[in-house]
Amino acid sequence: MFNEEGKNLAQMLKGGVIMDVTNAEQAKIAEAAGACSVMALERVPSDIRKEGGVARMSDPQMIKDIQAAVTIPVMAKVRIGHMVEAQILEALEIDFIDESEVLTPADPFAHVVKKDFKVPFVCGATNLGEALRRINEGASMIRTKGEAGTGNVIEAVRHIKTIQAEIADLGGKNLAELAELYRVPVELLEQVRDLGRLPVVNFAAGGIATPADAALCMQMGCDGVFVGSGIFKSSDPLKMAKAIVEATIHFRDPKKLAEISSGLGSAMPGLNIEDLSVRMQSRGI
Amino acid sequence: MIGVLAFHGGFAEHISTLRKAGFESCEVRSVQDLSGLSGLIIPGGESTVIWKFLEKTGLGEALRVAKFPIYGTCAGMIVLAKDKLGLIDISVERNAYGRQVASFITDLEIVGRILPVGHFIRAPKITRVGEGVEVLASHDGVPVFVRQGNIWASSFHPELSAETSIHEMIFS
Repeated sequence: MFNEEGKNLAQMLKGGVIMDVTNAEQAKIAEAAGACSVMALERVPSDIRKEGGVARMSDPQMIKDIQAAVTIPVMAKVRIGHMVEAQILEALEIDFIDESEVLTPADPFAHVVKKDFKVPFVCGATNLGEALRRINEGASMIRTKGEAGTGNVIEAVRHIKTIQAEIADLGGKNLAELAELYRVPVELLEQVRDLGRLPVVNFAAGGIATPADAALCMQMGCDGVFVGSGIFKSSDPLKMAKAIVEATIHFRDPKKLAEISSGLGSAMPGLNIEDLSVRMQSRGI
Repeated sequence: MIGVLAFHGGFAEHISTLRKAGFESCEVRSVQDLSGLSGLIIPGGESTVIWKFLEKTGLGEALRVAKFPIYGTCAGMIVLAKDKLGLIDISVERNAYGRQVASFITDLEIVGRILPVGHFIRAPKITRVGEGVEVLASHDGVPVFVRQGNIWASSFHPELSAETSIHEMIFS
């Protein structure tokens, strides 16, 4: 197995919330609220969606400022297939690289060969084949893709359920054929069948905007959650951030969730999926 | 029954190691969950998160007067140390082994046995060991596994390996 240390770091993030932040001040708020890690990026997904244009890796200076501001692990995004952006992030000693569909893809044929890096990678997936291709390329962690920047949890739920159903179905399948279809080694499929889950940590991401959304993903069996625009596009980010952290920890306790969800101000404005002109989730191969 | 603090982090791995070693275990999220326990593990994760919830739930106060063995790994060690819960007389520097690129896995000699348990993941470093604290393992001359009476702490994560002997040593 490759990048055992990376998989180990992902294991230590479980049960936690990873928050998108765009500057050192937001990073400090996220850390104080109980985030287990922050994702440094120049624009949160809802702004990328609104402003359009090509979204790229963040300015290294901004990433360094965030690294200096907090003690929790710092992640940052590279464009799908952009190995040089990944090399730059590794040179910055980032703790985790997110090869992300939220940025504009750089390679139409392939994702980054992640086995070549010491820094671990997290990648998005909408189905089992996509998740296993990423793991086979060396991803240490998977996030089930939602539709980022919408504040709408339906796509996250869709893909959590899709992957779970595909795993549950493996028992009766011809794994050799499926391995060919998915373009992954059959041993990886056998491992998933035997484990009954992905062999790496699996967080939910995309469209999570409230404590209840976070608890929903946890109750569905996710190991933790990414919250992008949901924190700093809400009316009271610190309060919302704290509430989502608490809801992720106490996700099985409806009484606590009621308390946690009270008086938070307004969540980020949401978008309906059918109104979108860009679907970030379908990026990547 | 051994409890594992289950706010966040690597608690499931400790539970599965305990199970493999033949111990009964349960998740701990509140002071009430402590009743009937004969030991507790504070897992790795982010110490900022674990500390926040130890204070918020009152569990931190309860652990200060607990009578059973407590074992902290990585972030768990940070919260047991002098400047947090103060249950063991060591000083710890967070992330002192470096960022994730510096994380490593190694064998360690523990009480005369070489064990493949040294998973150091953004590990904290023990910078001072007080009187009465026993050093059970070191790496490159730095203590990495220590004990003071009932309180045990390690910079590394044995629960990420297949070994159960550290858990057996502490809770048998």
